[in-house]
Amino acid sequence: MSTRITLAKGLNMGLRKAMEDDPKVLVMGEDVGKLGGVFRITDGLQKDFGEDRVIDSPLAESGIVGTAVGLALRGYRPVVEIQFDGFVYPAYDQIVCQVAKMHFRSKGRSKMPMVIRIPFGGGIGAVEHHSESPEAQFAHTPGLKVVACSNPVDGYWMLQQAIASDDPVVFLEPKRQYHADKADLDESATPEPLFTSRVVRPGTDLTLLAYGPTVKTAMRAAEAAATEGRSVEVIDLRTLSPLDMDPVLDSVRRTGRAVVCHEAHVNLGMGAELSARITEQCFYSLEAPVLRVGGFDTPYPASRIEEDFLPDLDRVLDAVDRSLDF
Amino acid sequence: MSQSDQFPGPDPTSGEGAGFGPDLAEVFGPSQSDGGPELVQLLTPEGERVHHPEFDLDFSEEQLRGFYRDMVLTRRIDVEATALQRHGELGIWAQLLGQEAAQIGAGRALRRQDHVFPTYREHGVAWCRGIDPLRLLGLFRGVDHGDWDPAEYGFGLYTIVIGAQTLHATGYAMGMQRDGVVGTGDAERDAAVIAHFGDGASSQGDVNEAFIFAASYNAPVVFFCQNNQWAISEPIERQSRIPLYQRALGFGFPGVRVDGNDVLATYAVTQAALQRARDGQGPTFVEAYTYRMGAHTTTDDPTRYRLSADVESWKLKDPIARLEAYLKRNGLADAAYFEELDDEAARLGATLREGCKALPEPRILDTFEHVYAEQTAELAEQRAGYAAYLESFETEGSHA
Repeated sequence: MSTRITLAKGLNMGLRKAMEDDPKVLVMGEDVGKLGGVFRITDGLQKDFGEDRVIDSPLAESGIVGTAVGLALRGYRPVVEIQFDGFVYPAYDQIVCQVAKMHFRSKGRSKMPMVIRIPFGGGIGAVEHHSESPEAQFAHTPGLKVVACSNPVDGYWMLQQAIASDDPVVFLEPKRQYHADKADLDESATPEPLFTSRVVRPGTDLTLLAYGPTVKTAMRAAEAAATEGRSVEVIDLRTLSPLDMDPVLDSVRRTGRAVVCHEAHVNLGMGAELSARITEQCFYSLEAPVLRVGGFDTPYPASRIEEDFLPDLDRVLDAVDRSLDF
Repeated sequence: MSQSDQFPGPDPTSGEGAGFGPDLAEVFGPSQSDGGPELVQLLTPEGERVHHPEFDLDFSEEQLRGFYRDMVLTRRIDVEATALQRHGELGIWAQLLGQEAAQIGAGRALRRQDHVFPTYREHGVAWCRGIDPLRLLGLFRGVDHGDWDPAEYGFGLYTIVIGAQTLHATGYAMGMQRDGVVGTGDAERDAAVIAHFGDGASSQGDVNEAFIFAASYNAPVVFFCQNNQWAISEPIERQSRIPLYQRALGFGFPGVRVDGNDVLATYAVTQAALQRARDGQGPTFVEAYTYRMGAHTTTDDPTRYRLSADVESWKLKDPIARLEAYLKRNGLADAAYFEELDDEAARLGATLREGCKALPEPRILDTFEHVYAEQTAELAEQRAGYAAYLESFETEGSHA
């Protein structure tokens, strides 16, 4: 039996299931209780699980993550909500210096089973600091794991898997997709492992790598390319740290061409790492240099022009053409 | 008298001070090098036992000798470690000289089920928790980042980022609340957390956020600030315009300033604050007023920024000397006791010297195993690649 759900609903159901399954799971963040979060991801949870398990926190991100460290050390599994991507930086020190290093520092004696949920990416017409893509900053940090869901079904499963992980996971949610497309969720299905990438559209001419909000863009680009007789394989990376390179390398060895697409700034973004690894490991299979399509290396612009900043269908297709014509 | 009544302070609801209120300088007077009139003291620098209306305890002879032994041995650990650094056996050492009473008083007030979040200078508290002092040296020798199990000893790993641990302490205390080990009335069960930090850390955002979270959730945590007057080269006046303990009031919980060179007073105040937390009455700020007699660390040169006359004046308030004077004057310890303790300290020093040099060297290949609870394929691959690289040299060597 399946239910038709949005990403917001999938995440909400995933949180609920995780809280039902394990009494040590706590949800904390700004406005996550009575309000149900500004995006309503935690809707109804405080009512059903109480204020001790769904904790409205003071407005202090470092405080949220720092106290979550203490709760994790005490044996809890805190799921922290950072209200918007651009507000994670006050917690950056706690995440990078404490959350990421605790297991290492303690030689594995102290585990840090924490999930840091961050709504990320743009396209919602917001003011500054509400549309950013900070994933590379966390993927660069040893000790953290970083994943990004792209659709309602993954949202449901991946969040539960991240919560069950004994390692800290930065969990990125494409906020533009929260209330957009619906999908059928079969709660009795067996999900793929969390830290795996997935081919979401097979193809033979070019490999298009995307995650989070750009998976939808990539799929539309592949459809458009198909009308011109070009077969584009799309991979939803899902995991950004660790990277699951096997499906990527398998694909590029077949297609000989790769384009990476993300909303984050191109300079030193995930595309740079993917490009380097593909080049190192499939050099002789490549017919063209790995190309990157992403946000420009400017700060995120005012929202009236954000669609010019974000990689859209045309810019992805342009990169596909440039790769194929190389 | 309820526990909360033990922590006096100005009444925030009195409504005095129209406009911008009274002149702070008038309220607090000039810099109070003696700790000011609010300082809780039970043993004067001269070793005279005095009494305090709120914080007073009867100490057994055994307890007093125990405090003395703890402080002497802790100082010995500190002296040995400083010497080991001078001999090149440690890369650096953070000295606690002068802060023995603050740490032993706080450390001995703990119960087994309590939990400590230390800075990197809490060698005396670690001693009270039963951690082999040799384990403290690993971090400073550069062989590990701390090699004890925090859960086993109720004592977290040393935290280098200033103040970060106060939030961990608050979260841990929130966990205790959820575990139902606060305010049950069962002395064996009720628990609390103590967060150590210094005067410099009081300026950190994390510390202030910890105060806010702890107050908001009424978390069972004692914020124990050793105000040793110096944050490397910066004096307390750079961190605060008011006595630190008075900040607590602004956050909504009691603060008290105790003579941090008085082990009895520190013990009494900390014990009351911990009990208040265990009873479910929330956080307390304890400012242990003391002085960093040594350098910030062995890399520091305090002659560049402070007067030796200040150091000399604080020598007269030495925490060990005052308890020694009290023990001797009251016939609570004889010559044999002091002689035996000297021997014990010497043996401890020898053990540390030997043990430090014998600490096993870390291996880079082992470090890959500790990054994650669940190892990643890419990290395992990176490790294997480096192992193969190392082996390639060994193979070449074997051909030679």
